[in-house]
Amino acid sequence: MTLALPDTAAVTAAAARRGETYLTVDELGKQFGTFVALHRVSLTVQTGEFVTFLGPSGCGKTTLLRGIAGLDPPTTGRILQQGRDITHLPPSERDFGIVFQSYALFPNLTVTANVAYGLRGAAWPKPRVRDRVAELLGIVGLADQRDKYPAQLSGGQQQRVALARALANEPGLLLLDEPLSALDAIVRQHLRQEIRSLQQRLGVTTIMVTHDQEEAMGVSDRIVVMSRGRIEQIGTPADIYDRPASPFVASFIGHSTHFDAVVDSSVGMVLAHGVRIAAQAARPLLYGARVKCFVRPEHVRLHRGDGAPAGALTARVTGMEFLGPVCRVSLEAGRLHLLAAVPPAELAALDIGPGSVVEASLPAERVMVFAEDV
Amino acid sequence: MRWGLWLALGFLLCFLALPLGTLLLRAFETPQGGFAGIANFRTYATTPALLAAAWNSLWTAALTAVIVVPLAFVFAYALTRSCIPGKPFFRAVMLLPLLAPSLLPALALIYLFGNQGMLRGLLMGGSIYGPAGIVAAQVFYCFPSAALILSVALSTADARLYEAAAALKASRLRIFHTVTLPGARYGLVSAFVVVFTLVVTDFGIPKVIGGQFPVLATDVYKQVVGLQDFNMGAVVGIVLLVPAVLAFVLDRWASRQRAATMSGRAVPLRPAPRAARDGPLLALCLVVIALLLGIVGTAVWGSLIRFWPYNLSLTLDNYDFTRFDAAGWGAVWLSVRIAAVAAVLGTAIVFVVAYVLERGPQQGPLPGIGRFAATVPLAVPGLVLGLAYVLFFNHPANPLGVLYGTLAILVLNSIVHFYTVGHLTAVTAIRQLDPEFESVGASMRVPVWVTFGRVTVPMCLPAILDIAVYMFVNAMTTVSAVIFLYGPDTKPASVAMVHMDEAGQASAAAAMGVVILSITVTAKLAQLALGAVLGRASQAWRR
Repeated sequence: MTLALPDTAAVTAAAARRGETYLTVDELGKQFGTFVALHRVSLTVQTGEFVTFLGPSGCGKTTLLRGIAGLDPPTTGRILQQGRDITHLPPSERDFGIVFQSYALFPNLTVTANVAYGLRGAAWPKPRVRDRVAELLGIVGLADQRDKYPAQLSGGQQQRVALARALANEPGLLLLDEPLSALDAIVRQHLRQEIRSLQQRLGVTTIMVTHDQEEAMGVSDRIVVMSRGRIEQIGTPADIYDRPASPFVASFIGHSTHFDAVVDSSVGMVLAHGVRIAAQAARPLLYGARVKCFVRPEHVRLHRGDGAPAGALTARVTGMEFLGPVCRVSLEAGRLHLLAAVPPAELAALDIGPGSVVEASLPAERVMVFAEDV
Repeated sequence: MRWGLWLALGFLLCFLALPLGTLLLRAFETPQGGFAGIANFRTYATTPALLAAAWNSLWTAALTAVIVVPLAFVFAYALTRSCIPGKPFFRAVMLLPLLAPSLLPALALIYLFGNQGMLRGLLMGGSIYGPAGIVAAQVFYCFPSAALILSVALSTADARLYEAAAALKASRLRIFHTVTLPGARYGLVSAFVVVFTLVVTDFGIPKVIGGQFPVLATDVYKQVVGLQDFNMGAVVGIVLLVPAVLAFVLDRWASRQRAATMSGRAVPLRPAPRAARDGPLLALCLVVIALLLGIVGTAVWGSLIRFWPYNLSLTLDNYDFTRFDAAGWGAVWLSVRIAAVAAVLGTAIVFVVAYVLERGPQQGPLPGIGRFAATVPLAVPGLVLGLAYVLFFNHPANPLGVLYGTLAILVLNSIVHFYTVGHLTAVTAIRQLDPEFESVGASMRVPVWVTFGRVTVPMCLPAILDIAVYMFVNAMTTVSAVIFLYGPDTKPASVAMVHMDEAGQASAAAAMGVVILSITVTAKLAQLALGAVLGRASQAWRR
């Protein structure tokens, strides 16, 4: 590989391979004593893809990542990297670079020495190491910090050094374990876009672990939502937001109002706390089935009494929160509690305040319905 | 790493578990080698003289602890919670007794209050030889250990608790006993237990100043060296082991409780000046320091006197050791060699073993066994370990018997005897490193020993230096562990000191003690200098 033009070379190579399966995780299980951290998890990652494992803490996402890295070998199942079974290989015989939550930069080595740490052996004579380190520091924008020690850098800069170090060996797979969680909010937003554009430029297959859904939505090609050691859903950010596969995903991703209901006798209607609501998703369900329903606040529309569409609910405003771009309005329709997100201008036009009565409509195609397991 | 684990366990097996096992077996054997059952213990329990020694050990130890712990608490309180000047000086001088063999304060007390003592009249007819002398010398000898533990316990206070108490309008006295004392209670337990163990297991002080007052430590020596009764020696050794092990268990419990009460987000307390508190505390610190320096000063002065107390002219004759002991200054150089080798080799072993136990594979029972074994030496009194070594390495069937009577066995014994403190220091240092260093190295296909050499060792250099100096100082000053093990050509300085005192040459013994003290003080100063150099060199990356 020519070092002078690594980006274009990597990008073309990656583009050629794009769409092929790079990593296959097959029925992977992990037990710590009697605690089951992973239940037979299966997924595939395509070459050049950016996949994020998302879930609350303790959902098994880090365990899965460490299994892929070989740091905590799985109890059952298989992991294939480019068709090679790597399940029981030690980390040193695998092909990956990793950035830890703590970065794990070597405090007693300079930035240059940290990045060059893995560049050893006959394949890396000194001039080549020097060029490679200069190139990597250029990529992450730290060329002028090369002689500093990690403790002399800001959190964001340390993060970039860790990234450069992980990429030094040109790994086929980049693993990021909560790489941004130690940074403050503004640096975090900025850096995650940088990581994304770097990843797209280099075309390196990347797996990131995070508990921050905004972060996951912002950078991923696909998101793997996990809960209690199981995969709940795998899909693009839009998929998991608009078409959640389970009540867990519906409540974990984004905001939503949740209520229990039963399927009503007329097709496509549910009955919740005595209130009848149209829901297309309820059509295939049997009359009387218990369901869990979710409605996103931004899908709830408010109307004046005279302009309300058919089927709108009469509700009383019980509270209002000003959040900047929108106002979050708490509503009570009978015994049903709802949240609506309304732009402030629209709210002004409606002229409502706490205690007012308003008509609320829920678009039938937007109500998410999940049959309860019996 | 797995390899290293087996080596570590092999080392601890050969030089700790097997000797102690041999000691245990011998306690149940007849002198002819047959199985005695509990006959030896029955003999022990029915011999009033032996039982009296056990009782004497217990009550002198308890009395010493009762005197030392409150004193050390106030001293540590002054160092950590007040604004008195000269804290670094007090801290440094406080450590002085740790740098000398325990015999030294006993010798100084004899100079002052012994049969020819200058201040004998103050005793009003009482005798310093016996429990009074033992307790007085032990107070001096144990003070730094207690003060160290208590300053650590008192320095980890959470300022927010004090602010909350003050905001609730609690009086100073109430704050003291609702916040300060509970915060330090496990430190107090630890200090009490450590002092108790030090006194029960110390050999030098009762040997020199005990007179006809028998204690467990001198009994082991008498059974083995005097009566050549190894089986009864083993029995007394085991009796000596019991309080030490109990104390050890209690101390582990206390330190676990203490660790649990410390919250990671505590705001450190910064004391504000207050004359009503700082004045008396400063006075007390000065008195304590004056006493410590006075005792050491007496020993130094005594070593320079021609013939105590009749001819008080000064001389260096007492330092001409060839006049008193065939080995002469050779004993000193031998001790330095033993201590230096123990420091270098011991530090390497301790650190590598701690690293393997902490960062190696954690599956299976081996790491747990290793961690336990590494803490056992703290519970084993030096005399017991020394006796166990004699019984194990002197056994005709033991292939390791070639070590017996060599320098190597003295070095190994010192390493094992002082193993635990070094191990805990190393573990603390290693735990402060990011747990992912090895993983990062592995992900870049860098072998673990490279990461160990390039990152772990440089990061832990201050701790490594600490361990080395600790090993050196203790190997220089220990008497109890080596008194059974030296050979005709391998008599260390501390043992020579005991022999000179036994032969009635107290001045020469004091001189030897002063020589040992100067060597250990030099080592400590060298550590400070080296530490400062290291600190400057690593300033950039420790910010």
